[in-house]
Amino acid sequence: MLKFIGKRLLQLIPTLFFVSVLIFSLQHLLPGDPALVMAGEENDPAVVEQIRKQYHLDQAIPLQYVYWVKGVFSGDLGESMRIKEPVLALILEKLPVTAQLACMAIIIALTIGISAGVISAVKKNSVWDYAANVFALWGISTPNFWLGIMLIFLFSVKLGWLPASGFVPLHEDWQASLASTVMPAFVLGNAIAGILMRHTRSAMLQALESDYVRTARAKGLLERRVILKHALRNALTPIITLGALEFGTLLSGAVLTEQIFTIPGFGKLIVDAVFNRDYAVVQGVVLVTATTFIFLNLLADIAYHLVNPRLRGMA
Amino acid sequence: MTDTVLHAPLAGAAAVESPAARAWRRLRRRKGAVAGLFVIALFFLAAVLAPLIVPYDPVVQSWTAVRNAPSWMHLFGTDDVGRDIFSRVIYGTRASLFAGVISVSIALSIGIPLGLIAGYRGGFIDALLSRITDAMLACPFIILAIALAAFLGPSLGNAMIAIGITTTPVFVRLTRGQVMAVKVEEYIEAARAVGNPRWRIAIVHILPNVMPALLVQATLSIAAAIIAEASLSFLGLGQQPPYPSWGSMLNAAQRFLTTAPWMAVWPGIAIFLSVLSFNLVGDGLRDALDPRER
Amino acid sequence: MKMLKIAALALLLALVGVSARAQTTLRIGLAEDPDILDPTLARTYVGRIVFSSICDKLFDIDEKLNVVPQLALSHETAADGKAVTIKLRPNVTFHDGEKFDAEAAKFSLERHMTMTGSFRKPELAAVDHIDVVDPLTIRLVLKTPFAPLIAQLTDRAGMMVSPKAAKAEGDKFGLHPVCAGPYKFVERVAQDRIVVEKYAGYWDAKNVHIDRIVYLPIVDATVRLANLKSGGLDLIERLLATDIKAVRGDKNLRLATALELGYQGMDINVGKGEAAKGPLGQSAKVREALNLAIDRKALTQVVFNGEFVPGNQWVSPENPYYQKKFPVPARDVAKAKALMKEAGVTGRVPVDFMVPKGAETQAVAEVIQAMAAEVGIDMKIRVTEFATSLKQAEAGEYQAFLLAWSGRTDPDGNIYIFDKCKAPQDYPGYCNPEADKLLDQARIPSDPAARMAIYEKLTKILLEDHPKLYLYHRRILIAHTTRLEGYKQMPDGLVRVVGLKLK
Repeated sequence: MLKFIGKRLLQLIPTLFFVSVLIFSLQHLLPGDPALVMAGEENDPAVVEQIRKQYHLDQAIPLQYVYWVKGVFSGDLGESMRIKEPVLALILEKLPVTAQLACMAIIIALTIGISAGVISAVKKNSVWDYAANVFALWGISTPNFWLGIMLIFLFSVKLGWLPASGFVPLHEDWQASLASTVMPAFVLGNAIAGILMRHTRSAMLQALESDYVRTARAKGLLERRVILKHALRNALTPIITLGALEFGTLLSGAVLTEQIFTIPGFGKLIVDAVFNRDYAVVQGVVLVTATTFIFLNLLADIAYHLVNPRLRGMA
Repeated sequence: MTDTVLHAPLAGAAAVESPAARAWRRLRRRKGAVAGLFVIALFFLAAVLAPLIVPYDPVVQSWTAVRNAPSWMHLFGTDDVGRDIFSRVIYGTRASLFAGVISVSIALSIGIPLGLIAGYRGGFIDALLSRITDAMLACPFIILAIALAAFLGPSLGNAMIAIGITTTPVFVRLTRGQVMAVKVEEYIEAARAVGNPRWRIAIVHILPNVMPALLVQATLSIAAAIIAEASLSFLGLGQQPPYPSWGSMLNAAQRFLTTAPWMAVWPGIAIFLSVLSFNLVGDGLRDALDPRER
Repeated sequence: MKMLKIAALALLLALVGVSARAQTTLRIGLAEDPDILDPTLARTYVGRIVFSSICDKLFDIDEKLNVVPQLALSHETAADGKAVTIKLRPNVTFHDGEKFDAEAAKFSLERHMTMTGSFRKPELAAVDHIDVVDPLTIRLVLKTPFAPLIAQLTDRAGMMVSPKAAKAEGDKFGLHPVCAGPYKFVERVAQDRIVVEKYAGYWDAKNVHIDRIVYLPIVDATVRLANLKSGGLDLIERLLATDIKAVRGDKNLRLATALELGYQGMDINVGKGEAAKGPLGQSAKVREALNLAIDRKALTQVVFNGEFVPGNQWVSPENPYYQKKFPVPARDVAKAKALMKEAGVTGRVPVDFMVPKGAETQAVAEVIQAMAAEVGIDMKIRVTEFATSLKQAEAGEYQAFLLAWSGRTDPDGNIYIFDKCKAPQDYPGYCNPEADKLLDQARIPSDPAARMAIYEKLTKILLEDHPKLYLYHRRILIAHTTRLEGYKQMPDGLVRVVGLKLK
């Protein structure tokens, strides 16, 4: 087991290296000059040249990469060219926001996904199966920005029940916080619910045909007890680990949803930075979220191996 | 009583059924997948027959008929420069379906060979490809797509390339996994012992076994690619005006949600129906091709 | 006895409750997140909106675009135009308590002129040095006479910063700006909000009635309006023209408008690289044909419900510097086609039309495309994101480029950096020595009538050469709740907060 963990930890290093190269080169290959973008309307060649020098933009790209990596190792992720705030400070500022949104989204996703998956598996090929299917799938079938706009129109403008945008932190006012995050969390959670439903369904199907369930049925237990206590419990592990993985995706993937609902999280930060060519911000945030994602992956793998004795032998 | 007892086929009948026919039979049983196939066929038909069935030219503007509500003249209403939305949705089928199918084709054509090589050869090549794949999967998909599309330049074609490239890692990983599971089978070792070259074994023996899983994933990826095209167009990086795609229509409709909601509703429904159909078919395929079912 | 004590306490509490008002907060919705809040380093239009509450300037403008005092009381230009003496307002303090005097003014101006990365340098380029005459008077000594100087001092170049804070923070000053405006900076959460609160020591504090202002950037215009309607915001900027009807129909909302100082138009590449070599770039007749093919009235009608104003010069028809001799042309397809023939064009003319990403720009581009097609010009629209479009405009990788300029108080600010040969924003690559001469001449006289005469000659040249096609002028559209009283909109688009009351 330890050998397995060790090997996987070692694999992290080249992966992270590739992540850094990938995101760095993508930024710098983008057409457009960040110094020009910063200047915008106030274009003056002398000033633009000054800015380029200040941020090493006049150096060769591999050299700029080295500057950046050196900074990362000493804890300095650079600063936003646009507002001059250090990237690390920005990340720490946005982390609770995105984390709160991600948690709520996962809870919603698990609720919808697991129940739909269970129903779909138990009532296979019946009307309930298809209904549960469609119910869970419509989340990934709608563009989340469209769904978001429709929800705002309905719940904020027409009904006035929920605020149209903005974010209130949990510790400030928990009711307002829930009100401001329930719509975006629903939009995000919906999309993941579909994936969770699929896995729940196939895990449940597998569990329902397994020996211990057959034994439980032979013993004469109530069907509901069989489903919930025996089948579901064993199917739950891979689902939870998948949930953890999706959490990692949520940390960085809520770009359009945050844009529509004006939630000041990572997603909005990254996409604005891409369009403003604020290199340091994109590189810093993606590096952090990618690292988190890879770690969560690793944890999920370890958990999976611990739970599944058959796989323990394989490295 | 469970299905296993009541519907066991006669032993003789099962033996003569080909794998494809068996898959088709099982697929037909899942009504959702059948409905999905039907809808997809309709959309493809609409895309192919578009010039013949649209009542108006989708790019012709009419400045006196700006933002008209749906009526007999214009079934879905008109947009912000007076174009007929029904015609644009039909024509948009081309862009959106095309985007879905082409991007996934790109992903398949890069991903399968890479996955085969990584899975079959193993060793350093495998390690290298796997780490790169992991790195790509760790970066947020939409950011990679935006960056690539911005780099290549705004157009539908470039958006398809961007989505195709960012979808590739999924197929690399899937192919690799399947290859690794299959390559230790006895018939592979037998083929090798007889002297077959590696590439022949890969294509003739391994690939067919990998196909079912790839087919399922491809269908699901087309669904995701249609949404991705809509997202990129929403951000201005996809289909260029005045040609329609469902995503760019949603982009234009955003300002008029309260004053002309029909501009957003119809393209949204079109995306929803097509993506849902691909998802249902993909799920149905997974069930149909599942080796555990009979 | 106990009852008496309780009663006394209750009465006291009631009195306190009655006299203590609730804090009033004005919530303003911005169309984007401002950049750095440092007047020397800032460049966005939306940043100026925030500055109008925290950083006072030497001068301000009224709705007729006249210069009025703010931190300075008066200005006097020497006879030869090479020196400007400014008298400052006494008893003014910065938010950190430091005195505002001639030394502080000199420091602020020199910071704008010399700091690394300062975007104010070109605005104050004519200033050679600054003399402190007495604690409340400074004299700006110029290299050459420069009439637009005072207008520059009504904008960011005239914003005064606390020398103590600026020296301490350097280029991080923008993270906690300390100026001399009616409100002082409290906090900023990037892309979330900017909070400012009333500064008790403001020189005009008796006219400041609202305690706090919170600026909330909300990019989507529909969501911004939804927030205003549902009561989440009190004032929003950049309302969409197509939403005006909704605001007018809502009895809880009011519209405040003014015609903008800038313009919306199209750059045509006439001199930069390969792209300029097409018929459009080479022939003024073809450009005039395109100009006549566009029905500006129909354009504003279709895309903006007729709320915006057609234009054909670099200032709006309501601006005192507008040349009435050259009115906005009506659409004339026949003449346009004739001009195309005269220019020797055979077949259709393809044009690479770069359009920056934006809610309304795409619709404008599509209408222009349809109009131009009728005279034989095929505009191929290429929606490009902002950063890329800047780069490509600079490099001349376009043939037509739809753009907007937010506008400056002085007409020179709308034309010099665009049409002077090799000027930084001369994206068309336009070089006409005659025009250059007139541009420089117009900067010298302080008498508006003299400048008008020079600009008349310039207008004639520019309307023949057409390096730019001016299309229309936007109305600044601010919508606010009826609970907000005293709000008036100025043409520069800023949200001025002194004198406002919130019920």
